[in-house]
Amino acid sequence: MLKHIPALTLFILIGPVLAGLLGALLPAFGILPTLGGTEATVAYFAEVLTTPGVMRSSCISLLVGLLTTAISLSIVMTLIAGWQGTRFFKALQSLLSPLLSVPHAAAAFGLAFLIAPSGWLMRLFSPWATGLSRPPDWLIVNDPMALSMMAGLIAKEVPFLLLVALAALPQSDARQKANLASTLGYGPIAGFYKTTFPLVYRQIRLPVLAVLAYATSVVDVAIILGPTTPPPLSVRLLQWMNDPEITERFKASAGAQLQLCVTACALVVWLLSERVIRQFGFKSVVKGKRHFADETIRKTIALLAILSSAMVLAGIATLGIWSFAGFWRFPNALPNSFTLDIWARQGMGLETPMQNTLLIGITATLIAVTLTLACLEQEARSGKTATSRALLLLYVPLIVPQVSFLFGLEILALQLGGKAHITSVVLTHVIFVLPYAYLSLADPWRAWDKRYAAVAFGMGHGPNTVFWRVRVPMLLSAILTASAVGFAVSIGQYLATLLIGGGRFPTITTEAVALASGGDRRVIGVYALIQALLPFIGFGLALFVPAILYRNRRALKATA
Amino acid sequence: MLKTLFRATFAGLLALGTAYANDDKMSDPNPGDWPSVLEKANGQTVYWHAWGGEPRINDYIAWAGRQIKERHGVELVHVKVSDTGSVVSQVLAEKTAGTMSGGSVDLIWINGENFAAMKRESLLLSQSWANALPNFQFVDVTGKPTVINDFTVPTDGLEAPWGMAQLVFYYDTAITKQVPVSMVSLLEWAQSNPGRFSYPQPPDYVGSTFLKQALYELVEDPTVLQKPLEDADFKTVTQPLFSYLDDLHPHMWRKARAFPQNTASLRQLVADGELEIGFAFNPAAASNAIENNELPDTVRSFVLEEGTIGNTHFVAIPFNANAKAGAMVLADFLMSPEAQLRKQDPTVWGDPTVLDVTKTPAKERVAFDKLDLGIATLKPSELGIVLPEPHPSWMVELEKAWLSRYGV
Repeated sequence: MLKHIPALTLFILIGPVLAGLLGALLPAFGILPTLGGTEATVAYFAEVLTTPGVMRSSCISLLVGLLTTAISLSIVMTLIAGWQGTRFFKALQSLLSPLLSVPHAAAAFGLAFLIAPSGWLMRLFSPWATGLSRPPDWLIVNDPMALSMMAGLIAKEVPFLLLVALAALPQSDARQKANLASTLGYGPIAGFYKTTFPLVYRQIRLPVLAVLAYATSVVDVAIILGPTTPPPLSVRLLQWMNDPEITERFKASAGAQLQLCVTACALVVWLLSERVIRQFGFKSVVKGKRHFADETIRKTIALLAILSSAMVLAGIATLGIWSFAGFWRFPNALPNSFTLDIWARQGMGLETPMQNTLLIGITATLIAVTLTLACLEQEARSGKTATSRALLLLYVPLIVPQVSFLFGLEILALQLGGKAHITSVVLTHVIFVLPYAYLSLADPWRAWDKRYAAVAFGMGHGPNTVFWRVRVPMLLSAILTASAVGFAVSIGQYLATLLIGGGRFPTITTEAVALASGGDRRVIGVYALIQALLPFIGFGLALFVPAILYRNRRALKATA
Repeated sequence: MLKTLFRATFAGLLALGTAYANDDKMSDPNPGDWPSVLEKANGQTVYWHAWGGEPRINDYIAWAGRQIKERHGVELVHVKVSDTGSVVSQVLAEKTAGTMSGGSVDLIWINGENFAAMKRESLLLSQSWANALPNFQFVDVTGKPTVINDFTVPTDGLEAPWGMAQLVFYYDTAITKQVPVSMVSLLEWAQSNPGRFSYPQPPDYVGSTFLKQALYELVEDPTVLQKPLEDADFKTVTQPLFSYLDDLHPHMWRKARAFPQNTASLRQLVADGELEIGFAFNPAAASNAIENNELPDTVRSFVLEEGTIGNTHFVAIPFNANAKAGAMVLADFLMSPEAQLRKQDPTVWGDPTVLDVTKTPAKERVAFDKLDLGIATLKPSELGIVLPEPHPSWMVELEKAWLSRYGV
């Protein structure tokens, strides 16, 4: 049984993605019999490509993806280079890691409420500093250059990349290399980039590519912060999918293929840039320039990191204030009055979405973590570690743009189940939860000292006893953290819940986005706040449960 | 004893009959035989896909759900959607997948081009059910012709009227002293108040309505708008509109390089003081927003001299709905004088009734007359001329033309 689990897991991950891609591929070529589409044609591709502004939309998606990823990666790497091992770095790390669990949509709303010309920042500084009693007519949010959208994405991707990079550091002997480089007279940043970076980057390459793919095809952040004239490609795709003019579905399918191309294009550009940078890197290593005067860069990068996390936190605080606000006239720094009305009124409506969120999130997490454990255990017993190719497969659902395959999957789910069922929603969530759960658990699992197992075997216990009585309890903290990560991922799912659930299973996230179309900042505040708080509860449990269970096991506390 | 036995047998037969009726998916409920519809509906769950962006409306829908649960044993689930177009897509996806019965959508809040599309693609319950509902007798078919002509497309009883809408503008009297009363004066106003006017970005519903509103005033002969587009030359007819927009845009908010995405964000921008003029498709919108702390209580409404566009919104049943009887019971309840009265109350929602108030029973008639429409709501007599919606084909082309000119 256990032997087949890795194959089954890959099937659960890859099967729906392939089926979904196929489901959208046929209509793209005009084949969708119920709509009278029986003959293959490329007319819809022509239609997509001649749609006004579609090239600009594609370019926005491409550039947002590349720039967001490049900037986030540079911030993270330079931060580690300049500050690793310092107390400031520890502090920053604990500031950044909670941001990881804040769903993208909530962070984006917070940011929008903060930086808009009538946002909280402006209110805090008006009129005493700015002299303004009316908001200025500045194009900040939804700007055509997508700057605010990129800022929102960077603020969310920095904590993510930092986490994966930190996990990769110990295998790169970063500390020794840093010491060596500094005795040779290199500044900390140059030293890091010349010695450690290539090793770290090699390990975090897949997550970086996932970030790149995500940023080229993101929907919710693009709707909230992105440009609108024209919007990024993914948003236009969604508009075509939702168009009442039914033949637009063909166009949407063809558009889904274009989105695939854009994401693929971004990946190719990235991979080519890797080579170019490699060449530069070699040259610069050979040249041996020391770059020891890097104090300004160190300070700038620290400032940037603080700024990006402070923005998200202040954004969440803004959401909180709005959720209790009465009328709030510009430029008052605080609402004219506070009220519990919104919470009271939303309270009733929250019950079902909350139940669905928990049900879907917990079930999907349980399935994903169980499969992950089974895969890892099979790996341990057979002695065969997952090849890098298998690992690549794990990233498929994170790299293939969601919008491109979920529409095809929607048709598939309907054909299998007759009508939307919560099981299909849960399984779709598993596709996205599993990779994260796996990635978060694999390293601590493999790092576990196998001599514990040897001792247990020596006492005459079988592999099952070793698994349940030794390995799982010792790695409980890691397992719970992986579950919390998975749960957070599930909570953030918008498209998957909406399309596959046929709207029948409202969750906090789908409700938040639906209510966002109503634009009432108070209501958005309530939902985004809950959306941001739920993952915190998950992470809190992951911290506290082992702490309580193992309060009398000092050595186990360190594994957290 | 015998009587009890008889009763038990009868109840058993009835239960059998009900079970049979529930199983019988082939025959659609017949609203002409209302008791049989009620019987079928009992115990059904109705999934109503309705725009969920407005908490007030969501509350009203929840109230309607409690009423039909209590009275007819029908369970209502409000599926909150952000875009009705996606529901059309969903029904279509089900048709694509071959789900001809037991579909996931039982009722849709709909009008205009979405209705036109569903009607054209035969995605709606094909019988003329809406006109046969008991409460349809109170509907004001003569005074409010749009209750049976949805954007000039005859409803043919495929959708039941739910509420009336009219484009109404509002402004904050504490900030703005003078407001424009026509599209031409709006341009002058924008020139002297740069950056303080905007409209929701088409294809947002109200944004597109703003385009149609402007078109009405600027077009040479508004009657061409009542006919399908193919009868007219789009370019010539709309030329005045687009040259007007070319003039207006440089004076608009963000120089028209960004737009609010819907009426709610438009309202938020007015509340923030970024914009000075807002508008909505509901005469009570401003009063509602004041009530809800979303706008200051100094806000008042106004309409344009030559009239503003008005229409009706409806509920419709998809061809493959699972709970057709339940959906009919709900649609009928929504049309009832009682539900319509509550809907028009601005502290609840403030959506104008589709009924002819004089036809309604005495109790509701009096209550309708007494209804306080709210501090910023114009009286029915002040609402001015109601302009009819153009044929949906105009909206589609207008949106396309707008998009290629300004949206990219």
